[in-house]
Amino acid sequence: MIVAGCDVGSLTSKAVLLNSRRILGHAIIRSGFKPEESAREVMEKALLPAGLAMKDIGFCIGTGYGRDRIPFVGKSVSEIACHAKGAHFLMPSTRTVIDIGGQDCKAIKVDGQGNVVKFFTNDKCAAGTGRFLEVMAKILGISLDELGTLSRQARSPLLLASTCTVWAQAEVIHHLNAKKSKADIASAINQAMANRVAILARSVGIEKDVCMTGGVAKNAGVVTALEQQLDVNIRRLRADPQLVGAIGAAVFAREKMEGA
Amino acid sequence: MIVAGCDIGSLSAKAVLMNNGDILASHVIYAKPEPEESAREVMDGALKKAGISLDEIAYTVATGYGRNHVPFVDGSESEIACHGRGAQWIMPDVRMVIDIGGQDAKAIRLDENGNVIRYAYNDKCASGTGRFLEIMAGALDVELEEMGEISLRAKNPVTISNQCVVFAETEIISLINEGRDLSDIICGLHRSMAHRVASLAKGIELEANITMTGGVAKNKGMFAALQEALGVTIRKVDTDPQIMGALGAALFARMAAGGDK
Repeated sequence: MIVAGCDVGSLTSKAVLLNSRRILGHAIIRSGFKPEESAREVMEKALLPAGLAMKDIGFCIGTGYGRDRIPFVGKSVSEIACHAKGAHFLMPSTRTVIDIGGQDCKAIKVDGQGNVVKFFTNDKCAAGTGRFLEVMAKILGISLDELGTLSRQARSPLLLASTCTVWAQAEVIHHLNAKKSKADIASAINQAMANRVAILARSVGIEKDVCMTGGVAKNAGVVTALEQQLDVNIRRLRADPQLVGAIGAAVFAREKMEGA
Repeated sequence: MIVAGCDIGSLSAKAVLMNNGDILASHVIYAKPEPEESAREVMDGALKKAGISLDEIAYTVATGYGRNHVPFVDGSESEIACHGRGAQWIMPDVRMVIDIGGQDAKAIRLDENGNVIRYAYNDKCASGTGRFLEIMAGALDVELEEMGEISLRAKNPVTISNQCVVFAETEIISLINEGRDLSDIICGLHRSMAHRVASLAKGIELEANITMTGGVAKNKGMFAALQEALGVTIRKVDTDPQIMGALGAALFARMAAGGDK
């Protein structure tokens, strides 16, 4: 029995194929304008290398921002439940999940079965979301990946006084004009990001083990800054953190099949 | 006795010259990268209009974001105190001033002598400040000054669901792609911003006599949207609302120099 999870986010779409034991295939693409098309494209990209076709999928669950517009899913589940489920699947000792998406951020408290106990979300303000980093990377003229690694080379790390993305952007431009090094500026950006996320994480209450999901979890600079801020070790997952929502959706799909 | 007020904002710089209780001249320029440069240029402009030189000024008070970088001043005052003082000098029965600047928004309650009783202030978040409109004008490719007029033509104003400037910018780009009318989008933006500023003002309790100061007050669409959001009539100052802070600073200069209030 093969099941699938499809996570159509604002910035990227992810698909994961699962059998009773393991992940058979996965894919990540940049989301297009239409969630329907992004979903189809990412599923095909996951199916092809695994030598599978849509008809082989027993059940598929959709999640993410565009979850209600995916044509081939049997059901849709909230991103919060999927991230909790996915993190639990990868690391059963998970009790706190910090998920930073393209335009939101969530702190989720999870029980021993991967159920959501409590959560806080920010999707009102771009600060502390992937969008903040995207805006900053663009001004620095570097990729999101570079932004994560560059801060490690900082010699005299700077700080940003503003929380608001718009004001912080002006500060970064000011630092660039003052000929500050990009590494020192990148450090300030990752630190500012961590500060904002830490507020959300603290309000849900940090319980070990802590893991991070979503694309921003791949940014080493933010992860390190957040570990320092929260004074806790953030455990690395054994799968791409960006896939966790889709993995959770696939696990829900499997449970649904087994229950039926 | 001639005194001066100099208001160095983030987006524009303003200067007002007063002679014994009359406005002698006023001048507004776009801010330069350095506040010192803005201050010098805006004062020169005002002095030229009045036909006098800097050494004829008995006392100068600076205000605004860059007030500590004005080289030729005798003192400085907060923008809150200056906007209150300026607005009340023009309209003595005003008890509340809503000032939207380039990088902040303020709601100020005044007593009958123009003293600040209570105020609320936002400079932490760009939403609800002049920057919101500036960024949206850029995204819509219209002039900031045109937004008011355009919005008055709206027939089916859109509802902007995002308050955050960054997210709202993405939202209006999708609205443009959906083929929504420019005037409907701009009107929606004004309403969204008015809602934000109105909650700031309501937080300190509304007074009956309200006026609006700052450059954004010249935007007719924004003025109307704010009236709607507050549910009260806003009284228009018959002087340029953008020079209210500089006027207040000049009034403080006059007091400091020993002139009558």
